[in-house]
Amino acid sequence: MKEALLIALLSASAAAFAATPQQMIDGYAAEATRQSPGFQPSARRGAEFYARRFAVSDKMPACVSCHTDSPTQPGRHAVTGKAIKPLSPRAEAARFSDPAKTEKWFRRNCTEVLGRECSVAEKADFIRFLTEGL
Amino acid sequence: MRPVLPTLFACAVLAISLPVRADNVPVPAGAPPSFAAECGGCHMAFPPALLTAPDWKRVMARLDKHYGDNASLDEKARRELEDFLVRNAAGSGRMAGEGDPPRLTASAWFRREHRKVPQALWRNPRVKSASNCTACHSRAEQGSYRGREIALPELREKH
Repeated sequence: MKEALLIALLSASAAAFAATPQQMIDGYAAEATRQSPGFQPSARRGAEFYARRFAVSDKMPACVSCHTDSPTQPGRHAVTGKAIKPLSPRAEAARFSDPAKTEKWFRRNCTEVLGRECSVAEKADFIRFLTEGL
Repeated sequence: MRPVLPTLFACAVLAISLPVRADNVPVPAGAPPSFAAECGGCHMAFPPALLTAPDWKRVMARLDKHYGDNASLDEKARRELEDFLVRNAAGSGRMAGEGDPPRLTASAWFRREHRKVPQALWRNPRVKSASNCTACHSRAEQGSYRGREIALPELREKH
């Protein structure tokens, strides 16, 4: 059942596919559990990840470079200066409601900031932190 | 008596021959649905009339190296957006960008329009980048660049 949900979540293409942040967490967590039995999404690990300085990119060394220390606050693109709406669904309801959009931005921003794609475990932790806070 | 009519006529001819009205540069109708999200994700979705057709082709040919970022798209979306940009591109060479990929902030037109802006202001933290239109032009997203709408008070006096 959970795997079916994950497949639905991850294969959602350009056609908008509505989801809740909790469904997205569940989808990523189910996949992470398959890779690492006993995995539980953790807001604390998500918060550490959010604040970590990966320092791969000079202009965007961390999530906070654009999204600020507090994900419920509006951010600003570190290079272009464009305003960015808050990343947390607590402040911006549309966040993590479109799986294709979420995957696109994970792919882009993880590659930029971490120098690699994010793992499903990291994604589950990240959304849990943004959804629940600490 | 001053010859009013010839002056009026000259003004009318000038107005007709100007390729872009500097204070009104909207995104034309008919943009693909992906335009706002894909072209406006990291910066304002720029109006196609701010670069020439060859410029847009060069921009869209190297989305994997997009001014230091990887902005790759699937081929269908890329093609749709390129067609829209090229179809509505500027005809005048004054709008040709410089650099590779070409920057619309480096065209002869852009430089002339911004000649009164002090150099230091481009680096101001409120501006950050010359491509950040909305930092000064408060209604840029609606295609309006009128002097009275300029958000920074120190610039408004100059227009």
